[in-house]
Amino acid sequence: MSGWRHPTLGQIDRDRHLRFTFDGEGHTGYAGDTLASALLASGTRVLGRSFKYHRPRGLWGLGGEEPNALFDVGHGGISTPNCRATLTPLRDGMDLRAVNTRKAARDPLGLLDLAQRFLPAGFYYKTFMAGGWMRWEPMIRRMAGLGRLDPSNRPSGDMPQRNARCDLLVIGAGPAGLAAARAAAGHGATVWLLDEAGAPGGTLRWRGGEIEGGPWQDFVADTVQKVEAAGGRVLTDTTLWGAFDHGLFAAWQRGARDFHWRIRAAKVVLAAGAIERPLWFANNDLPGVMSAEAALHHLVLYGAVAGRRIVLATGNDGSYPVAAALAEAGCHVTLLDAREDTPAAPEGVEVRRGVAIDAARGTRSLGAVRAGGQHIDADTALVSGGYTPSVHLHCQTGGKLDWDVDRDALIPRPGTSPLIPAGAANGTFGLNAALAEGHAAGGGMGSAPNAAGATWALAPMRPDPKGRGRVWIDPQNDVTLKDVKLAAQEGYRSVEHLKRYTTLGMATDQGRSSNFAGLAAMAALTGRTIPETGTTTYRPPFTPIPLTALGGMRRGALFNPLKRLALEPQHAALGATFGEYGGWRRPAKYSDTQAEAKGARETFGLYDASPLGKIEVIGPGAAELLDFCGYVAMSTLKPGRARYGFMLGENGVVADDGVTLRLDDNRFILSASSSHVDHVRLILEEARQDRFDPSRVFVHDVTAQWVTLSVSGPQARTALETAGMPDDVTALRHMQVVETRWTQVPLRAARVSFTGDACWELSVPARHAPGLMTVLEGAREALGGHWIGLEALMILRAEKGYILIGKDTDGITMPQDLGWGRPRERRQDEYFGRRALFTPEAMREDRRQLVGLDCDGAPLPTGAHLVPLDGPARSLGFVTSSYHSPTLNRSVALALVDAGLDRMGDTLGVFHLGQHRTARICAPCAFDPEGTRLAD
Amino acid sequence: MQIFPCPFCGPRDETEFHFAAEAGKHRPEPAPEVTDTAWSDYLYGADAPKGRAREVWVHLTCGEFLLLTRDTVTREVLDAAALPGRGEAAT
Repeated sequence: MSGWRHPTLGQIDRDRHLRFTFDGEGHTGYAGDTLASALLASGTRVLGRSFKYHRPRGLWGLGGEEPNALFDVGHGGISTPNCRATLTPLRDGMDLRAVNTRKAARDPLGLLDLAQRFLPAGFYYKTFMAGGWMRWEPMIRRMAGLGRLDPSNRPSGDMPQRNARCDLLVIGAGPAGLAAARAAAGHGATVWLLDEAGAPGGTLRWRGGEIEGGPWQDFVADTVQKVEAAGGRVLTDTTLWGAFDHGLFAAWQRGARDFHWRIRAAKVVLAAGAIERPLWFANNDLPGVMSAEAALHHLVLYGAVAGRRIVLATGNDGSYPVAAALAEAGCHVTLLDAREDTPAAPEGVEVRRGVAIDAARGTRSLGAVRAGGQHIDADTALVSGGYTPSVHLHCQTGGKLDWDVDRDALIPRPGTSPLIPAGAANGTFGLNAALAEGHAAGGGMGSAPNAAGATWALAPMRPDPKGRGRVWIDPQNDVTLKDVKLAAQEGYRSVEHLKRYTTLGMATDQGRSSNFAGLAAMAALTGRTIPETGTTTYRPPFTPIPLTALGGMRRGALFNPLKRLALEPQHAALGATFGEYGGWRRPAKYSDTQAEAKGARETFGLYDASPLGKIEVIGPGAAELLDFCGYVAMSTLKPGRARYGFMLGENGVVADDGVTLRLDDNRFILSASSSHVDHVRLILEEARQDRFDPSRVFVHDVTAQWVTLSVSGPQARTALETAGMPDDVTALRHMQVVETRWTQVPLRAARVSFTGDACWELSVPARHAPGLMTVLEGAREALGGHWIGLEALMILRAEKGYILIGKDTDGITMPQDLGWGRPRERRQDEYFGRRALFTPEAMREDRRQLVGLDCDGAPLPTGAHLVPLDGPARSLGFVTSSYHSPTLNRSVALALVDAGLDRMGDTLGVFHLGQHRTARICAPCAFDPEGTRLAD
Repeated sequence: MQIFPCPFCGPRDETEFHFAAEAGKHRPEPAPEVTDTAWSDYLYGADAPKGRAREVWVHLTCGEFLLLTRDTVTREVLDAAALPGRGEAAT
């Protein structure tokens, strides 16, 4: 217990107390606190346990780089896992749980740490691959990992996704970003200025400063006003998490309601700042060891003071204001500077020069440090190992990095990314220099905003590969200097190998505070320079973002919206049960599927076939186009007639089947399968545009414009007469089509059957569908017909051996496998997929072919394998469709079987989930094989 | 997310487009004169060039096929044109 709340400092609302619990214990914070500042001020040190060793972990940072303070946050009955304490505002009644432990303060698995000697990098894989990883994985998963998912948490999928355009996008509203935005807005540009924090200002908010002779707050307010006046926007609590192709940037805005932004900008300035590096000494992961920058941040913004006896270890000038502010707040501050040549000691601060921390001491949190051979009692050690520019977005766009010795950092290489870096993100530290660089990046003329100059000098700080004790490189994934040494010894010297072998930088903080140290250590171990060692690849997201941001509204009913029938209300009124079929919401059944299928054979069945494709192919080139695109020639089809055909892929595999109607010489309607309409249209369009004269033929998909109701069965003609259909409709014979009028309504009637009975397909413009349905329903009531759902139709077509492409065929089925070999033998002209029907594979006689199955008992399971009755078990094929036929009063099934045509009459085994049965191979058509019922 | 310029509709999101073929790839025919190897090369052999590539894409929302010249490394779109003979239809 060592953090405390300063009585006056901070921008919190001290009149509004917010109660919350952490691991079950009650605490109080103030409105304006983050989870991190509230817990820091409460004196709570151990906030979580590490990934592998279950070591105690405390607060490190101030933003998205925080590796340790992750909580499962319960609020309003919803638990959200792995919230970053530094970025999550405190709300009244929050219930915080540390991750990867039952209780952060006491974790029995902390004993694992005693075994650390035996748990090097790669331990789990090396050890548990023997004996089967899958056996051990559940146990290891329970011990490791981060937050817990709450299955009852179903976050609402209503995060709006918004698109935006602007002249200039500025990433980061610190000094450089503000100067860039101000300069661009000054000459009228629309500027979007984004920042991850809750207010603009960046480091100004805790480091302060005077700009243009006034307080920094005036500069920020004035810049925001200028940006908004020019039509731009300033978004805070907004993380720009990814850069994508063609200048697309994605941002997640948090607030009372979250938004996901997709922003395209003519110009982008990257002013994302820099992240403080830690220092590397034994036990540098103890709670109480914290970023110096973060300590100043929490002090100034929230009055949350990191400790009382503070050691601040640094090698740069940036830490001196931190020491000064903490001393003024009443802390006992000892500043250890690794350099001999330092600025003057701030008031009340003892500065020791040329000294660095050798080791931290303490069990569950810091008690003392050893530095320069001396023991220093301290409850808090603030450290600063320099700053790493946030170049993630630069690299996401493909940008390269250069090593800059003076700035001791990898900085963006000019000209390798469309982003213009400015300020600390470019390694330009110091307020005045950042303002100048931002001003120039924003296209500013004249002199840049001027600030009182502060010195900025640093000495490079590096992990010492010869250092003693356990030195942490990546606190979140528990990677130590020893693991980096092991990786180097075992030859994993490339940073990409180092990363994957040790998991360095692969945690949810993506190695913000750790990658540089791992890189530097590997460089030292292998005797190479940092640029020679290289960096890992940066990928989105910059920080973890909720999946609800990516999903937006696309979930539930909106995930893949179903197509709806024009007559859906009428079907619902008839008591239909609906299901999804090929993207359409259709009646599955009205009462009982078996009764519907039986009734349709006895009297007649009414069926809504509207989703059936209706692709009009029009023009003098229509027949030529259809001949090329189809397997069965249509140019020989007479007007007023219909013909069944296939469409193949160029690989010869059946892509779709259906009936083509010829209305007149230059007008066809292609009935593609309901779920293949778009695909068929594209094949036709590609041939039309890329092979034929597109001015001679036109392809038009009118599926949605026409409603089709079919009337099928022995009493179908009577039903049509009762419904008042014109004579030219009732007189139609099988495979004839007519365009006529019913009352004044255009009506197309086709004698096409998918049931095996005489069947009329009646199509009217969708607005006339209710009228057509009313007269057919009247006839049904008068004559005792049946509405049949899609499930009953499946039985009827399976009885006849009629196939569904994609169900009774698979990715290798060719037309000759379905008994349609004649066009292949006869046609001399060129057609789509022709050549592929003559490869050695296609010419084999023993290809997998469509057959029927005859069996006793219940229907065979669809997907069951057909196996030889004797000899070694191997799959000869599988059941594709299987139903109980109420008309035949037995099971019917279709199957694809190797050399099926040669096996007619043979009995094969049927194997499914350990069950064995037998079935006899027969012809696919089990009902009315002569087709007498069609001829009516 | 890339932006492709449809010669008929203007710049549109890449999700509205679908790749059709590498440009300049001629369908070998008539079938009886095409060897198995030539046919499988046509079906499955793709140049997939690194850098400048000429491809046929289709803009799904308008149904028009187009010739797209782009850089497969930088993702820069260099040119988008209607198929030969289709320019008149566009104007």
